[in-house]
Parts: sequence; structure tokens; C-alpha cells
Amino acid sequence: MVPFAGYEMPVQYAAGVMQEHLHTRAAAGLFDVSHMGQVILRPKAGMAALCAGFEAMMPVDVAGLAEGRQRYGLFTNETGGILDDLMFANRGDHLFVVVNAARKAHDIPHMAEHLAAVAEVVPITDRALLALQGPLAEAALARLVPDVAALRFMDVGVFGEVWVSRSGYTGEDGFEISVPQGWAETFARDLLAMPEVQPVGLGARDSLRLEAGLCLYGHDIDETTSPVEAGLPWAIQKVRRTGGAREGGFPGAARILQELAEGPERCRVGLRPDGRAPMREGTGLFAADETPLGQVTSGGFGPSVEAPVAMGYVPRAFADVGTPLQGEVRGKKLPVTVAALPFHPTTYKR
Amino acid sequence: MKYTKEHEWLRVEGDVVVVGITEHAATQLGDVVFVELPDTDAMVSAGDEVCVIESVKAASDILAPLDGEIVAVNQKLVDAPGLVNEDPTGAAWFFKMKVADLSVLDEFMDEDEYAELIG
Repeated sequence: MVPFAGYEMPVQYAAGVMQEHLHTRAAAGLFDVSHMGQVILRPKAGMAALCAGFEAMMPVDVAGLAEGRQRYGLFTNETGGILDDLMFANRGDHLFVVVNAARKAHDIPHMAEHLAAVAEVVPITDRALLALQGPLAEAALARLVPDVAALRFMDVGVFGEVWVSRSGYTGEDGFEISVPQGWAETFARDLLAMPEVQPVGLGARDSLRLEAGLCLYGHDIDETTSPVEAGLPWAIQKVRRTGGAREGGFPGAARILQELAEGPERCRVGLRPDGRAPMREGTGLFAADETPLGQVTSGGFGPSVEAPVAMGYVPRAFADVGTPLQGEVRGKKLPVTVAALPFHPTTYKR
Repeated sequence: MKYTKEHEWLRVEGDVVVVGITEHAATQLGDVVFVELPDTDAMVSAGDEVCVIESVKAASDILAPLDGEIVAVNQKLVDAPGLVNEDPTGAAWFFKMKVADLSVLDEFMDEDEYAELIG
């Protein structure tokens, strides 16, 4: 057990990080992600006003999100940095938001301040959040909640007291499941009793998301990295870009729109060390001629890739796939090559 | 077999000391994915960082338990780091060293004392 964002969390269960990771890719892994922040935004003056207010906080199309759908969002600051990344869902008469555990204490007052006129911000503290991820997740969860089989990637559904989204943080098909806290243990035990389901700790959660090329807030993205530098321009829909119907109007728009048009100075890239030594967070990155370029922001061993993998920031001129770089590990500069993300193909059910 | 507080085991084979990590250490580290070994013929002092072990969780070092000369390293670990988890006290020895006086091994823990240390 280790402390994580104010919670005691298991790094691994009995099977260990490697087996938990591989099991998730082969069958289904169950994660307790109850530390994440679940929040309901209840409109005070209609959904349109709420969506407009939420759009003023991020460079994302909120108003265009259909009922029953979820989308990835990014709170930005005035300099175009990222305050947090999040998921938000349109549930008809309100928005349901999931934010990072380590950013709950920031995000909830941040939303309350910016949405004061248009929404009641209701933190949901009496629900657990479970994630069931992997190719057999649907078969397993459908035994308890049959209707989840009809959901596609990024659909959300409310099935009685069970709130489900078809999404996750592993690159696999799977679900995030919000249940009343009193049900959580029984619900988890029922899933774990199924032959395809194993519990998975924080260690494999990190290696799975790293192989999927997904960012971890506070590591790969933070208040100094813009969404464009972070390789997340796909999260900025056309309608919010220059020439779009609702262009700009979010914090940091000047920098973000300029970077979309002209390209960012630096870019988040995938990195494959040529040797077997993992390049972990903080590893210095250098050009072939020793010029310092940046740092690794996430790195470790990829159990499915069967090799070390990493992500980090380098100037745009060094960001092309195949560019040979060096990473300094224990005082030695070792060869590393810029690689395409994700490292492991995603298998979302679109 | 003798044991260090750093969870290494030491086994005398003729006039050399074979060094590896204990099963307890291997379990704590988790799945080992990378091993870096010292050069053979290297002269080392007790406490020197001579090997690097990286698991899926973290990086750690093996310290030289004694002053002496590295006379052999287990190259198999470089190609198959998982051996450290599979057979930590057998096939997954790390290095062999020649020391001036084997009687210094008496200072290390025996099996019972080590079992007590790890509870």
C-alpha cells in the first residue's frame, strides 16, 4: 500500500504488476478508482447556459455533446497551461464530471467559481468508482448489468443506481462504474468471483495507460504544458478553433489557437529506449550532439510491448518519429528513439 | 549461506564468494525487467554500487558486500532478468568475487538471524 492523493492505494495485488497488466490486456482487470472526483453539475438556468459556462472554462465543445455521450476535457489557465484533465458526460438534465483525485480540491472550487451563475456544483462523495477494463470486461459486467453491452466507446448509461461509461485509462475496451458506496464491496466481489476478472493495482494502471500513450496529470501535463504541446489537439473540436462557430473564449485561447495554427515549440513524444534499461520520469533527453532537449515525464517497462517505453517533451524539430536521441540514465547517455503513440494498439469498441 | 542487511545472500564456492539477492528482496522488488552487471576484473570496496536492478516498480542497487575483485558475472540475467524472480537463490546469482580473507563472512547474518530480520 502506498499513499496516493490522500488515499492508501495498493501498488499491486498478489499477482504482481506484470501479471495484472497482462491479464487486463487478455481478459478483464478490476480497478478501484474511488479516489477520483465525481461531480454533478446541475443547471440553474437550463442546460444551454450550463454548457456555455463550461465551455468558457475549456477549449472543448460542450454544447455539441449529445445526451448519453461522454467527452474528454481540459481545464486551461490564462497562459494556456492545463489545470486538469477530466471526463464529462451529458446525462440529459445535468452534466456528470470525473476529475483527478489529486486535483479535486482545486477543481471543485474552480468550477463553483466559474459556474456560479449557471450551475450547482455537487461533489458526489457517497459513491465508489470501479473500472473494469479488458476484452472480457463486457461479458463480465453484462452478467450484472445486461444493458451495458449496448454501449459504445464513450457512451454513458444510468441503470438504476449504477452509472456506467464505456471508457477507461488502459487503451482497452472497458467500463467505469459508479455505484453507491454501500454496494461497492458486494459489486466488486461479484465481479472478482468471475473467472475472467482479477484485481489490478496502481502499478499496472500506470503501465497500461503509459502503453496506451495516455497522459497522467502532474507528470505528462501540468500548468506549464499546453494542450497542443501535450499532443492533445484532438480534444479541441473545430467549433472552438479559429474559424469555428464558437472559436476561442476559453482561458489561454491566444496561445492555444496560435499553437494550433503554427505548431508548438515543444511536443510530447513517445520514446523507445534502444536498450533494456527503463528511462523513468526525470531522465534528461539530449540530441545526438549533446544539446539538452527536455525530460522524460513518464517512463517504465511496458509488459505488453516487452520493452521499456517512455514519454517526454522535446523541441518540435526533434519530435519526428524515428529521431535518434539520448537519455541520461545513471550518468550514462543511452540511445533512445522517438516513437509513435500509443505503444500498444487501443481496442475501443467504437 | 550468509546474509547482509541489504538482503543479499553470500555463498562460498572454493575461494570465491557468490552474491545474489534473497527471495524476500526479489518479492519486494516485483517483476525484474532490467539488470546491469559490473565489469569482471573490477576492484570494488564494500558499499560500492555494483549492480542495478530495475523492476516494474522501481530501480535499486546491489552494493558490494565486501572488498575484493569481481571475477565473474551472470550474463544470463541481462538477457532474462525474470530469472531473479524465478530462482533468486539459485540460477539468478549476480556476481562472484575474490576476497583477501574469507573469515570476514563470519560477520554476516546466518539463516536464522536473517529470518528474524525480515520477520
